[in-house]
Amino acid sequence: MSNQTDIPHFNPMFRLQWEQAQDCYVLLFPEGMVKLNGAAGEIMKLVNGKNSIEKITELLLKQFPDGQGINDDVNEFLIVAAEKKWLYYEQ
Amino acid sequence: MNSDNDKKLGPPLWLLAELTYDCPLHCPYCSNPTDLGDFSDELTTEQWCKVLTEARAMGAVQLGFSGGEPLLRKDLDQLVKHGRDLGFYTNLITSGIGLTEKRIAKLKQAGLDHIQISFQGADPEINDAIAGRGKAFEQKFKMAKSVKAQGYPMVLNFVLSKQNIDQIEAVMELSCQLKADYVELATAQYYGWAYTNRDHLLPSQEQLVEAERQVNQFRDRQQGKGPQFIFVTPDYYETRPKACMNGWASTFLTIAPDGSALPCHSAKMLPLKFPNVKDKSVNDIWLQDFSFNRFRGDSWMPQPCQSCDEKEKDFGGCRCQAFMMTGDMDKTDPVCSKSPDHHLITKAIAQALNPQGKIVQRVNQRKIVEADIARIKL
Ligand code: SF4
Ligand code: SF4
Repeated sequence: MSNQTDIPHFNPMFRLQWEQAQDCYVLLFPEGMVKLNGAAGEIMKLVNGKNSIEKITELLLKQFPDGQGINDDVNEFLIVAAEKKWLYYEQ
Repeated sequence: MNSDNDKKLGPPLWLLAELTYDCPLHCPYCSNPTDLGDFSDELTTEQWCKVLTEARAMGAVQLGFSGGEPLLRKDLDQLVKHGRDLGFYTNLITSGIGLTEKRIAKLKQAGLDHIQISFQGADPEINDAIAGRGKAFEQKFKMAKSVKAQGYPMVLNFVLSKQNIDQIEAVMELSCQLKADYVELATAQYYGWAYTNRDHLLPSQEQLVEAERQVNQFRDRQQGKGPQFIFVTPDYYETRPKACMNGWASTFLTIAPDGSALPCHSAKMLPLKFPNVKDKSVNDIWLQDFSFNRFRGDSWMPQPCQSCDEKEKDFGGCRCQAFMMTGDMDKTDPVCSKSPDHHLITKAIAQALNPQGKIVQRVNQRKIVEADIARIKL
């Protein structure tokens, strides 16, 4: 599991955008698109090279007060997102 | 309309704007029509802007500018800006000829998201012989460096054929050196000029197996770093066809330089009357036009596809390939081993081992020249 004070950076090779026709957030990259589910979209929106993992969880809890266990979801998603290179951590 | 069309039809997610058939290169694998027509009926800037606006309103999200060579259009910056302002992800698909550092910067300002550069080989000798133009490699190399230096994501596209597939290791090294993000190692698809030259281009099975082995070995050494390599084999060596364009008129919409709307960029060869954006809106074309509905769903399918349990997977293959090889666009793609025409593929493979006649190089007027690559020692 990642360190909760680590700060994820959004990989500028991707673009995050709300798509009306898809009714969800999408990540755009050369000749491709991935649709993000509701939670994933909200998390990615907060990945900006300033917010730590801790902070992201905190902000989400404010937004969705009954989001118990959100901590695990955030951590799980961030691991997948790093694998897919949507975000990175400074070494 | 087909009954199974009731399945919800999505928007044309991918819009390919072929701005012009004109091109400074002469690749013998070019998939542009061999009858290029003249360039006088190209869409105007206003007409293109209208197409982009209409497609975006339907939910199109990826926008590719290609050709020919899209850089030959003076209004490219303007079209990029319009596309980006509408919210498209904008891709420039170029040979690199006509790029300058300044133009790369100007396109970035206009909102261009990504640049894809095609290469014809890993060194100047092979590259320039295939492209039919001196100094092409040098230019591409410099521009690829500049594209990355200016912060773009970059895709490199190497079109593989008999003449250069043995260079694949060097191609991968070059891609790392140029810091590409994605690299398509794609054997030519046999449409347009490439179909005419197929016997000269189609690599042998041994060449392909060896190339694939080298790609896998290289990937293992990468340990998740460097470019992502995508190896595309020619479907001639498969027993099942490609799911062409993700299904006819399901995802892709191509607009040809003269405004013809096509479900795929080679569809113009088919004996169908395709609509033109000069006369109809993108919405009407996508949702209502006869030619777009023609191969949607599966009620058009012949046997063996009709009763095949794989028809949801490959949709019976490519209509253009069926037409080119059998003369009947409704037939099962001959690539499929269940097709009664599969022997045509076997024959093509055998023929490619011993090509007759000369390779012809794409020309941008109406005369055909013999290519230099015919003289490369294999
Ligand atoms: S394949 Fe070669 S000749 Fe054809 S459009 Fe592309 S760069 Fe030009
Ligand atoms: S028979 Fe038709 S549907 Fe079945 S695998 Fe072959 S091409 Fe695909």
